[in-house]
Amino acid sequence: MASVKTNTSKKKSLQHMTLQKKDALTGYMFIAPALISFIVFVMYPVIASFVISGFDWGILTAPRFIGIENYKTLFKDPIFIESLKNTFTWVILYVPVSILVSLIVALAMDMPLRGIGFFRTMFYLPVMTPMVVCALLFVWIYNKEFGVLNYILSFLNISPIGWLSDRNISLISIALMSVWKHSGYNMLILLSALQGIPESLYEAAALDGITPWRKLINIKLPLIMPSMYFVVLTSVIDAFQVFTEVFIMTKGGPGYSTHTVSYYLFANAFEYGKMGYACAMSVVMFFIILAVTLIQDRIMNKNIQYDS
Amino acid sequence: MASISLKNINKIYPGDVKAVTDFNLEIEDKEFIILVGPSGCGKSTTLRMIAGLEEISKGELYIGDRLVNDVAPKDRDIAMVFQNYALYPHMTVYKNMAFGLELRKVPKNEIKRRVTEAAKILDIEHLLERKPKALSGGQRQRVALGRAMVRNPQVFLLDEPLSNLDAKLRTAMRSEIIKLHKRLETTFVYVTHDQIEAMTMGDRIVVMKDGFIQQVDTPQNLYNYPCNLFVAGFIGAPQMNFLDAKVKVEGENIIVDFNGNFQFILSGDKAKNLKAYAGKDIIAGIRPEDIKIKNTEELSNYKTKATVEITELMGSEIYVYFECYGHKLINKTPADTIVKSDSEIEIAFDINKMHFFDKETESAICH
Repeated sequence: MASVKTNTSKKKSLQHMTLQKKDALTGYMFIAPALISFIVFVMYPVIASFVISGFDWGILTAPRFIGIENYKTLFKDPIFIESLKNTFTWVILYVPVSILVSLIVALAMDMPLRGIGFFRTMFYLPVMTPMVVCALLFVWIYNKEFGVLNYILSFLNISPIGWLSDRNISLISIALMSVWKHSGYNMLILLSALQGIPESLYEAAALDGITPWRKLINIKLPLIMPSMYFVVLTSVIDAFQVFTEVFIMTKGGPGYSTHTVSYYLFANAFEYGKMGYACAMSVVMFFIILAVTLIQDRIMNKNIQYDS
Repeated sequence: MASISLKNINKIYPGDVKAVTDFNLEIEDKEFIILVGPSGCGKSTTLRMIAGLEEISKGELYIGDRLVNDVAPKDRDIAMVFQNYALYPHMTVYKNMAFGLELRKVPKNEIKRRVTEAAKILDIEHLLERKPKALSGGQRQRVALGRAMVRNPQVFLLDEPLSNLDAKLRTAMRSEIIKLHKRLETTFVYVTHDQIEAMTMGDRIVVMKDGFIQQVDTPQNLYNYPCNLFVAGFIGAPQMNFLDAKVKVEGENIIVDFNGNFQFILSGDKAKNLKAYAGKDIIAGIRPEDIKIKNTEELSNYKTKATVEITELMGSEIYVYFECYGHKLINKTPADTIVKSDSEIEIAFDINKMHFFDKETESAICH
């Protein structure tokens, strides 16, 4: 009897809910799966790393609270400083080149040519291939003795280059692979933006006697800016977290020439067992990425025309 | 200012899809010509061929004395107003209007003079610093017109420029465009699917269907003397009523028989023209205002009975929908006429204004 009563009262309370509340409830039900996984897999680890960064913790040993000691050590650690420098170099090298390549390919793929679908698929293929596979493939391509790249260059009488073993170019070599691997994704976003530009704008411009260059500068680029904004923002955030390619191709070497913050963070956490120290690093990265993103948002967002 | 001459223009898309077939038209200098027809009739394609946005598959196009088939759009000295206005969303109104001139390297002060002047004419001076998204549909339309005006083109091409506006604004803009044409004294080629726009704006109208020109004439002539069934049905609102009929000859009399339900004896030119159709099926057309309802006035002899289905009060007049021996007809009558739904009434046809069409070829026999 009691349970029957409870059911009836529940039904009644649903009936008495305002329409607005009912709508809100439905909305929350829809976002619940995403929200729960966000809390569990994103929010919780972020907060946890903030907390852990205050401890000296070696995973297997009991954590010991040491306050801001980890941070103090961090900024005196030459390897961290080197990693930070490498990470910034990576962002500055990789992001502009990657976006430029994506843009150029997107502009080319926007042309109404026969069989263009085939080329679009080809350019997107690396995105669908796992990073491990791509990285291993490039390890072979870049191999100093047996690599296909040096083999091709030998025809031009260029002596073998240590793409991954020369500390002056190893970071650039990895960045080039990463551009090849990732630019298809941004290409697709920019291509869809380009295809969203109404044909009549091009026609009006054709009647006005526009040149291809002015068409690019005055029509295409301004109108794909909302997508470009997204592409720049996400690319910068991703670039700051570069890890897999470094881990597979060079393990941070030679020396510390390809050590990035993410790689050093990983090494500290899982190789040296310094979890608290690694978390302090991730907190610093968190604030660096946040600051850079906010600055970009300030610069780019106000110049974007969203309505077309 | 320039005339336009289209000689045997054809547009054939891949797969042998014929969009426009043997289009011949002489558009005079300063003329306001309208291309009208239902969707897919080839009117926009024709306009786009004049603009140079579509290649001409066959035929010759002259603007003035110049053959322009292979001339780039920018060198044809034309300006076009698009249905969706095609304003650059990231530019201000001023920049939108000035952009074409900048590309042509017109000096800055001259650009400013022309934009200001056009803005004044179109009453959009106060909007020059705004972006298109901050404008209403009507204002955007004016900017699109302004962008075309500043170029001082020889020919204005307008592709359904009013179809994105609401009914009230459309009526207002109609007269604005007519005034603009008078003021600019330039050749206007205007595409629309709306026969009211066509009738009210054009010096001449080109009625198209399935890529073919049906008739080219003044609005009045199109209305009074449609050359075939399609034009008769397309021009005029509500549209012309059509009734199946047969021509009979009894002695000296030429009779039009409406399925044996009622018949009229013809005289004069109409009788003469229909004599050749003795025993043949024809279609009689009568405009809604040429049917009279027995109310206060006495009817002519060309009368019959009908049942009123519904009436629509339009303000100054009423549309009466009725059935007359299986034919659904519409009548337009003054608002003070008393007609009740479901009532039986007596109607009469103004036989002088009746049109007759060959049922087989659908072309007009006489008006």
